Amino acid sequence: MTSLNVALAHSLPEAILALGALVLVLFGAYRGRDDDGPMSEIAIGVIGVAILVILLGNKQSDVVFNDAFINDGFARFMKVLALIGSMFTLVLAQDFMARARIDKFEFPILVVLSTLGMCMMISANGLIALYLGLELMSLALYVVAAFHRDNLRASEAGLKYFVLGALSSGMLLYGASLLYGFTGTVSFAGIAKAINGHASLGVVFALVFIMAGLAFKMSTVPFHMWTPDVYEGAPTPVTAFFATAPKVAAVAITLRIITTAFPGVMSQWQQIVVFMSILSMAIGAFAAIGQTNIKRLMAYSSIGHMGFALVGLAAGTQAGVQGVAIYMAIYVVMTLGTFAAILSMRVDGKPVENISDLAGLARTNAPMAFFLGAMMFSLSGIPPLAGFFAKWYVFLAAVQAKLFVLAVIGMLASTVAAFYYLRVVKIMYLDEPAKAFDKASPAVRAVLWVAGLLVIFYFVYPTPVVDAASAAAASLF
Amino acid sequence: MFGFGILSGLVFLPLLGALAILVLPGGDSEATKRNTRWIALWTTLIVFVLSLVAWGRFDTASAAFQLVEEKSWIVGGLVYKLGVDGMSMPFVVLTAFLMPFCIAASWESIQTRVKEYMIAFLVLETLMIGVFCALDLVLFYLFFEGGLIPMFLIIGIWGGKRRIYASFKFFLYTLVGSLLMLLAIMAMYNIAGTTDITVLLKTKFDPGLQKWLWLAFFASFAVKMPMWPVHTWLPDAHVEAPTAGSVILAGILLKMGGYGFIRFSLPMFPDASHYFAPLVYAMSIIAIVYTSLVALVQEDIKKLIAYSSVAHMGFVTMGLFAMNQQGVQGAIFQMVSHGLVSGALFLCVGVVYDRLHTREIAAYGGLVKNMPLYAVTLMVFTMANVGLPGTSGFVGEFLTLLGAFRANSWVALFATTGVILSAGYALYLYRRVVFGALVKPEVAAMPDLSKREIAILAPLLLLTIWYGVKPGQILQACDASVALLIKNYDAALAGAKTAALALQ
Repeated sequence: MTSLNVALAHSLPEAILALGALVLVLFGAYRGRDDDGPMSEIAIGVIGVAILVILLGNKQSDVVFNDAFINDGFARFMKVLALIGSMFTLVLAQDFMARARIDKFEFPILVVLSTLGMCMMISANGLIALYLGLELMSLALYVVAAFHRDNLRASEAGLKYFVLGALSSGMLLYGASLLYGFTGTVSFAGIAKAINGHASLGVVFALVFIMAGLAFKMSTVPFHMWTPDVYEGAPTPVTAFFATAPKVAAVAITLRIITTAFPGVMSQWQQIVVFMSILSMAIGAFAAIGQTNIKRLMAYSSIGHMGFALVGLAAGTQAGVQGVAIYMAIYVVMTLGTFAAILSMRVDGKPVENISDLAGLARTNAPMAFFLGAMMFSLSGIPPLAGFFAKWYVFLAAVQAKLFVLAVIGMLASTVAAFYYLRVVKIMYLDEPAKAFDKASPAVRAVLWVAGLLVIFYFVYPTPVVDAASAAAASLF
Repeated sequence: MFGFGILSGLVFLPLLGALAILVLPGGDSEATKRNTRWIALWTTLIVFVLSLVAWGRFDTASAAFQLVEEKSWIVGGLVYKLGVDGMSMPFVVLTAFLMPFCIAASWESIQTRVKEYMIAFLVLETLMIGVFCALDLVLFYLFFEGGLIPMFLIIGIWGGKRRIYASFKFFLYTLVGSLLMLLAIMAMYNIAGTTDITVLLKTKFDPGLQKWLWLAFFASFAVKMPMWPVHTWLPDAHVEAPTAGSVILAGILLKMGGYGFIRFSLPMFPDASHYFAPLVYAMSIIAIVYTSLVALVQEDIKKLIAYSSVAHMGFVTMGLFAMNQQGVQGAIFQMVSHGLVSGALFLCVGVVYDRLHTREIAAYGGLVKNMPLYAVTLMVFTMANVGLPGTSGFVGEFLTLLGAFRANSWVALFATTGVILSAGYALYLYRRVVFGALVKPEVAAMPDLSKREIAILAPLLLLTIWYGVKPGQILQACDASVALLIKNYDAALAGAKTAALALQ
């Protein structure tokens, strides 16, 4: 029985989420009403408890459940990020969902279930656990994408996401089966041992398919096509969710599988990662220029940012992993802040999504313009804002790994990207005011303020994040 | 206080002022505007006094970094470290000196969104002083790049008709250069394990790598300077910026490029600097001659002064890369003098622009009759811009030419033609604006300098002449530091030569 106790102690956050989801289902069913009521609050509480358990719980690393599940510093760091993304999604969502009359009680349950999938995926130590986590996350995501079921575009988004997601799952599964066939094991460590630095053609094939499946979840080029449509079509809080938590989970498992299952065949995967990184940065930068819808803009922006995060992964070093971890932490804060601002875009009770609706915001709502402006400058990586430090660590790792061409291309891409972020600032500060927005709900404003202050004042005391990320990266090597 | 020294005070006091303005109650009422202006003015004045105190504590005989303060900042070799030496102290004082003039010059011309305007300026002051005080490379980069944000807003919100184009061009041009520099900073951090500038100054970088690092830094500083052929953002930015924005742009922001060369390129990459010196000479000469010619045909007063700025910065780069005592000291002096003179010229343009709201040279003429005081003031600054002996402009140009002559007489020969050309465009401008018949009624109706304008221009005028007659103060301040810079530079070159011989 001790072993079960140990296993449960290591998977306590997941257990809490699973139990929480079950309790929410039962409670929702017995309540006999289909509105949200206190469900979101309970879900937020469940996720909050999970975060606390990770932060305050034991800091030992161990592999449990027959090698399927690993609890290490890296997993804890990434889980906290994903949980924060989910929790603040729920905080942001309530007001929007109620006004759109889609405040069904299923929504928080689905978010919690999806988050549970993310946590399992982040902690996966083998192919089967990886696939289980991934599917649990994705199935819940397909549903929330189409949550506004009377809305044509939301349904389209859900369907598109589902079809393409199923395809990518298939690819991942195919790669996983190849890998199992060629190495005879599903555990990452076992795979690394079986490959032993010499990748056979079959293993390379498997690697390519697995990377393709994961690239879809990270929305990196060339598997990014679904992103703009799904971002635009899905209800805005759902978009905020897509842009934060699942991205963290996908990046985390990519980092883990590459560093633990394929450490000896760096030359094989590095070219894939460099290729995806360069294309994502370039397409993210250039394709965003022509966008008029701010959610589409953020979709391309997130594609670009995944490209930047991959720069750190391409380095394949501990410093690189640390860089990606810091990048994701800052990215989550910036994205939540930006989506809080997007959720505040509401004229006469109706949500608006065009960038031009922001015109002259500095004069109609100065604090919102200021914080959204800070987000834009931060996303484009201008110091002293947090986004600069995110880029600093990943590019530093790339320079250390002598990936100079990648670094130079990345820098040029971020100049191009700066153009469209600047355009948002220009529209807010330089243009004549459009119709003022309604007053946003307190929760949305609070998220915007907190994220804005974090982004602006990150440089004053960055040590906790850097230390945590450094410890997280160390546990992978 | 809390272990922070006077330099931290200089850097962060403007930010406090900005905060005070931010929390001022009352929206766009006249009282709020007035309070905003006074807070901004007092903040900048206090900062200026503080900068004088710092100068008083500064020992000009020493070449070391002084008033140093250090705090741990980010794990892994990044420190919060401030300090000044003879090459940065003059710029700190210059920045603090020019700011009150900018605030005063915006007193009446800026009527919309005054709060945001003053906040932008105060934040900009923090960042500019930070650039000159930073002794950590990443900290330097933070201040250097951060300055783009307020300047973007200043040009974009309060600028002229094509302000959006100009602000984007300014931002993106500078950003692309700086990002390449950031990569070089990472590479240096990678080698030295720290970004402490005092350590990096002692680090010897591999000569082959130096060339790449030098080029990356050059990409940033050449754009900022600006050097031909990447100067094209400057005329646009100058023309569209409000008067005070132009003053800051010409007075301080352009100096960051030159300061960067002195602080980083020359001492840290001596071999590469030596190797690329001919390139810099060539670009400087082209800048001096070509932009002077371009200035001759300008129809817009601000554009003309902007092109003349590019030409004057050509003297600076030429003097710097001559790498002898006269050249470098002349370059530093030229930068300070240009900060005063071009700043004053833009203020002079602002004076007539506020009255007639056009910068077309052809719209003016005959101002000497109804604005005699203005005519005299403009004449002094025009002469200083030309480099007439007795004005501060002369000292800088003469010393840089002397330095260049010692290094390469051909360079000096071509550059000297720039002095003649500058006389050409400056006098031509002066004649068209100030002399000629006073035929246009709206020009004849313009009143002479107001008390506020006299108060702004008089100190600049006196300083221009003072430094023309007694340049010793600035030259002495940077004397020891420049001597050390050149000593180390020559030693590094000699070392490289011996190493090359030993290999053979």
